[in-house]
Amino acid sequence: MYEPSSAIKGKQAVFETYPENAAVKALADLATDAKFDRAELTITIDRANIIAAGKAVQQAGYNFLEDVTAVDWYPSEPRFQVTYHILSHSLKERVRLIVRLDSNDAAVDSITPIWPSANFYEREIFDLFGIHIGGHPNLRRIMMPEDWEGHPLRKDYPVEGYR
Amino acid sequence: MTPPVAELTGAAAIDPGIDDVISNSARNRQNSPSQDQTMIINLGPQHPSTHGVLRLVVEVDGETIVGLAPDIGYLHTGIEKTCEAKFYQQVVPLTDRIDYLCPMTNNLAYCLAVEKLLGLEIPERAQYLRVLFNELTRIQSHLVWLGTHAMDIGALTVFLYCFREREQLLRIFEAVSGQRMMTSYVRIGGLSLEPPLDLYGKIREFLKDFPSKVDEYEGLLQNNPIWMNRLKGVGYLSPEDAIALGVTGPPLRASGIDFDVRRDMPYSGYEKFQFNVPTSTIGDVWARYIVRMQEFRESVKICLQALDGLPEGRIVADAPKIILPDREQMKTQMESLIHHFKIVTEGFGVPAGEVCSSVEAPHGMMNYYVVSDGTAKPYRVHMRNPGFATLQALETMCKGRLLADVVAVIGSIDIVLGEIDR
Repeated sequence: MYEPSSAIKGKQAVFETYPENAAVKALADLATDAKFDRAELTITIDRANIIAAGKAVQQAGYNFLEDVTAVDWYPSEPRFQVTYHILSHSLKERVRLIVRLDSNDAAVDSITPIWPSANFYEREIFDLFGIHIGGHPNLRRIMMPEDWEGHPLRKDYPVEGYR
Repeated sequence: MTPPVAELTGAAAIDPGIDDVISNSARNRQNSPSQDQTMIINLGPQHPSTHGVLRLVVEVDGETIVGLAPDIGYLHTGIEKTCEAKFYQQVVPLTDRIDYLCPMTNNLAYCLAVEKLLGLEIPERAQYLRVLFNELTRIQSHLVWLGTHAMDIGALTVFLYCFREREQLLRIFEAVSGQRMMTSYVRIGGLSLEPPLDLYGKIREFLKDFPSKVDEYEGLLQNNPIWMNRLKGVGYLSPEDAIALGVTGPPLRASGIDFDVRRDMPYSGYEKFQFNVPTSTIGDVWARYIVRMQEFRESVKICLQALDGLPEGRIVADAPKIILPDREQMKTQMESLIHHFKIVTEGFGVPAGEVCSSVEAPHGMMNYYVVSDGTAKPYRVHMRNPGFATLQALETMCKGRLLADVVAVIGSIDIVLGEIDR
């Protein structure tokens, strides 16, 4: 069974335990927090640095963007967590980058200049979470109808929908 | 930095429904002489060759495609939202319905994620059976792909042959789980039932005949000049584009990137099996066809290894607070009855954290990102489905080709709209 004490938390602890990890090396300056839990590396980035961080991990060999998604931590703040899963075909491992956003300013820059495949995923976040993606080439709803009100995957949106 | 969200997510922020293609086309009309005008063709959402409710807005110049935009969401059922309202074990049947052609791989990907959150050790027998049924699911899904792909292109006979074999597989699934398609066979902590004893003989019989059936399909298609002309050189995707556009699975390997989750990031004991990962460097529809045909044979190899090496033992992990007790025990032992009652009424708590599990589904890499807040219901479940990303590559593959090639390319990327729209 999982032991919560096995998780390594905090930037310093993770970066000292895994100094050889390619993502750790690439993000030494940009990371604000880090976690190594259940054999998965999670690195927190300030939202202003997401494009720089994307380029840094891309150069470190993480060539493939798997997905971009979000988690709504309503009602706590910062409310939104945008999660990027980036895989390396050569290193055969993945890194998870997360960006935390306040509810009154839920906006993050698009990473489509680095990975064009982020296009649909970022539209999905915009549609279902209402997080604005700055610099996105085609920021429109993707799943819900254009005239839909609300963002269904937000936690304050009822499961049955509004009636 | 961008302005605050309140201004940007209101009704005014949303472009009132004009597709990219149409707006690009209007620009074309202004800039070019009248005889160069292009035409917009709406393909779908109800079209027999789009494999579901996929709408494509295609801009054609004569018969050459100059722009293409997929319009998805017709099958959106909010599965991710529904998952948040269910107990962990109740999510398993929902995952069947995402990609309805490979229910077992969906179940497995979700269960692997939850097991990772819990830190559960799965018995080896369950792992082997999971591999066995995953590979049978791959064969079943590829059979649907081959049948429909050939039918779209005009070779109707292959469809009937493929569905003949698929029927045998669906009967095997029914024997093992009670359901032909929505199996829910893989459960958190193991499997739902021990397969009936005579099933292994039936699977062996199927696997013995199946390679000759693949020969039969190849006999119908491989040297057929119409088939070759429709497939060769169509829908080229370069390795760089494939990575940039998030393509996974057979289309990625057909473009020359040798990556398979089963071999490179093994899960459920795949490291114990010997198999080849078919690749090609050609990158067209024909290469994808060849790669999938070879995968049929590799899957048969893996299934045989799983049957030969199947260990004895339990099919569920030893975790009475998470796995429903045996029916007999539940009726005779007080403790089992309490566990059963607790699991069914309250679910089980999962330690807080976030994990991502990935499996090689028949259509490509499938990831489940599960976030737990420590309660009995998942806080967030996100599925990374292969088709959603692969669809973005459609325009690159079709541009500059003829309209009729769109159908061949859609068939070759093997999309299921259930997994794309979720």
